[in-house]
Parts: sequence; structure tokens; C-alpha cells
Amino acid sequence: MADLVLIFIGALLVNNVVLARFLGICPFLGVSRKVETALGMGMAVVFVMTVASVVSWYVQYFVLSPFGLEYLQTIAFILVIAALVQLVEMVIQKVSPVLYQSLGIFLPLITTNCAVLGVAVIAIQKDYSFVETITFSLGSAAGFTLAMVLFAGLRERVDLGPVPESFRGTAIALVTGGLLSLAFMGFAGMVKG
Amino acid sequence: MFSAILTLGVMGLLAALALGFAARKFAVEVDPRELALLEVMPGANCGACGFPGCGGFAKALLEGKAMVTDCSPGGADTVERIAHILGVEAIAAEPEVAVVLCQGDNLRARDKYIYQGLEDCVAAQSLAQGPKACPGGCLGLGTCARICPFDAIEMTAEGLAVISREKCTGCRKCVSACPRKVIAMTPLRTTVHVLCNSHDKGALVRKYCELGCIACHLCVKASPGAYKVENSLAQVDYDSHCDATGGIGKCPTKCIRDFILGYPEGSSFSPPVVPVQAEENP
Repeated sequence: MADLVLIFIGALLVNNVVLARFLGICPFLGVSRKVETALGMGMAVVFVMTVASVVSWYVQYFVLSPFGLEYLQTIAFILVIAALVQLVEMVIQKVSPVLYQSLGIFLPLITTNCAVLGVAVIAIQKDYSFVETITFSLGSAAGFTLAMVLFAGLRERVDLGPVPESFRGTAIALVTGGLLSLAFMGFAGMVKG
Repeated sequence: MFSAILTLGVMGLLAALALGFAARKFAVEVDPRELALLEVMPGANCGACGFPGCGGFAKALLEGKAMVTDCSPGGADTVERIAHILGVEAIAAEPEVAVVLCQGDNLRARDKYIYQGLEDCVAAQSLAQGPKACPGGCLGLGTCARICPFDAIEMTAEGLAVISREKCTGCRKCVSACPRKVIAMTPLRTTVHVLCNSHDKGALVRKYCELGCIACHLCVKASPGAYKVENSLAQVDYDSHCDATGGIGKCPTKCIRDFILGYPEGSSFSPPVVPVQAEENP
């Protein structure tokens, strides 16, 4: 149990997907204008990342390993995750239009987002068990959401301020992101992970 | 080698079958007009219209939430095609102007704390709902004036936004920018407005603002039909077409103003010319 907590905290803060591993930078910069959309994106990632890791864990240990095809990992994971997310998107669109409005529009953006694929691959690399994989992906996704929301809040605030002309837009966003990443470096060494 | 091809092939086939099946089973009926609209849009998903991408804009158009002309990257060409699909001519809606429903500048409305942050209303509002004691009053930091593309909004020396009736084109940018929702869209034909946005009870309003509406109903009695009082705040009933001038003199706190007679104190805008009264009673 303590192991699981450590895995979760490690993935959430110490090895934050965005701010320490630098995966998933595209949505981090692209969908972080407003806290609201950042949160929506984060929720979509929580969902997709967890499901994707679970499915790719199954693919790895029930399809690839028995046939000695571990070298197909990347392509197989992309195939399975992409198909799965598409499927889920269709189902949500039909079953719950409300949920689709708030979450569905982000789903195509993250079908095989590098963070999603990265977390699935890392979970395999670390030889995590099934439960550990779920914990790890949940923690990573929560870390992604945390980073997104924090960053969006900072950007909202920065946009109001008197930013020099040449720094406006992406430039100041990258500076802000860098500082946020530095802040998260403070967690390094807290948990071995 | 062979097993790799076979495994991937089978996985791909399964995924394709599942997706194909789901596409049938979970097909969602889309309004054919929506697809047609998506065809003629630029497809850049730039968000200039204020909706999430061209798809969101198309949906908003069909629901009547967006204006045909909102797609600025598409230009006149796109606007024409959209209008064609929707079956509307560029219908001239009743012209509107934005009005700041507040006269409480720094002299007349009390602050609840001294604000020293960014010169921006949104930033100020995020700090304990803004420095003004009044929950609805103009913060006077000029967010609307900066966003106005037509220079139609000026800030008086005492920190009150005033909108020129002549320069305002009714684009609503200020309405969505104002964090306190103190700017309202009103029909161009009415020049009389209740310039207060506080829904607090009269006794409380008196404590923080000299020119706030105390919901005394005198205007309603003076000009029957022209005013309505909702939630402790009088408003001109813009749909009633009744003459509202009778209530101006009766207002004990002087928060009703006829813009023909002049803008709020401190504004440099000259009083607007009297619009030609259309002789029609709808």
C-alpha cells in the first residue's frame, strides 16, 4: 500500500509528466489559455491516460510478450490507444452529449498524445504490476492536470499585466512554463521514483 | 517476422471492426446544415468568433447564438455563403449601443479597500470581488476602454467608463470583457437609462453610493409601463416603447439619465444629437 502511495506521489509531483519529464508539452501550451479549458483537458487526460495504460498493459503481457514481439511495443500501443479513444469518443457522443461537450472535444487532441503513450511505455519499462500501472497512470494524469491548471492560472494572470510587447503571447508563456518547471524541481529527491 | 505481421494485422483488423461497428451503432444524427456550414468555413479553428473552432461556431449559428458576421477570417465571401445556407438575408437587427449602467465614480461610490494591483478590472475583480463596495459598480480601471476597437469608451478622471452613443457599433466586446457585467446592450432608440447595477437593498446602496438606485418605485409611478423594478433595481423596460422621461426628475438619487441631455459628469463626449424619431408604433 505504501508503495502505491509512493508511486502516486512520485508520478504526481516528483516526476511530473509535463514539468519534469517534459511530455505532453503541446496541450500544455496549446490548451492553457483559460483555467476552465485546462481543467477540461486535464479531466480528458485523466480518463484517457488511465484507460490507455490499462489496455496497453494487457496488450504487452497477453499479446506481445507471449509471442516475443516486444519490439512492436510502440506501434502496437499507438494502434490500440488510438482505436480505443476513437471508440470512447463515439460512445460518449451518443450516450452523453453533455459530457461530450465538456470532455469530448479534447479527446481527438490526445488520442496518441506523447504523454499518454509515454506513461504507458514507462509503466511497462518499470515492470509495474497491474494495480501499480493504474496507480502510476492516475498519478501521472493528476500531475498533468495539476500542471495544466496551475499554468493556466498563471497565464490568465500574466495576460492582464503590462507585458513588454516583444514578450507577449508564446514568449512569456514559455518563460512562465520554465519557472513553473523550476518550481517543481524542488520536489526532486522527495520520493525515489 | 510472420508472427509480427499476423499479430499487428489481427489487432488492426479487430480495431477497425470495432470502430466500424461503433460508427454504425453510435451514429449521431447531425443537422445537414451543420455539415454544409463546416464546408464553407475557413476551417482554421482559430477561435476568432469566440467559439471553440469552426464546429462550435456552426453549432452556435444554428442555435442562433452567433452572428452570421462573426467569422472575421472568412471575410465577406464566407459570410455570404453562411447566410445563404441559413436562409437569412443579412437581416438588420435593431441597432444597439452599449451603456455603462453606473455613475459611481471615485467621488460618489465608496471603495472597500485600497487597490494597488494591476491596472485591470479583471485582475481587480479577482481580488475579493473588486475594490468597490458596490458589487455591481464600474471599477474604472479601463479594461473595456482598452478592448474597444472603435475608441468609443473613455475613462473619466474619476474612474468611470463612459460609452459614446455615436462611436459605439454594438460589437459587444466590452460587454463580455467587463468582469462586473455593468455594461448592457440597449436599443439605440432609447436614450433614457437607469444608471445603476446594484441589486442590493436601498438602505445598503445609500451607504456606499450617492447615485445608486434604491428601488423606491417613484419612476414606475411617474411613467407607468416604462420602468420595471426587479430584485431591488429599477430598469427601463426597453421592450415597452413607453416614454420614460417622466421618471427622470422624480428619481431621488438621480440615477436615471437621459443621454440626450448629456453624458455622466466628467465625460468629454458631446451630447448626442437627437435621433430622428421614427414615426411608427410596432
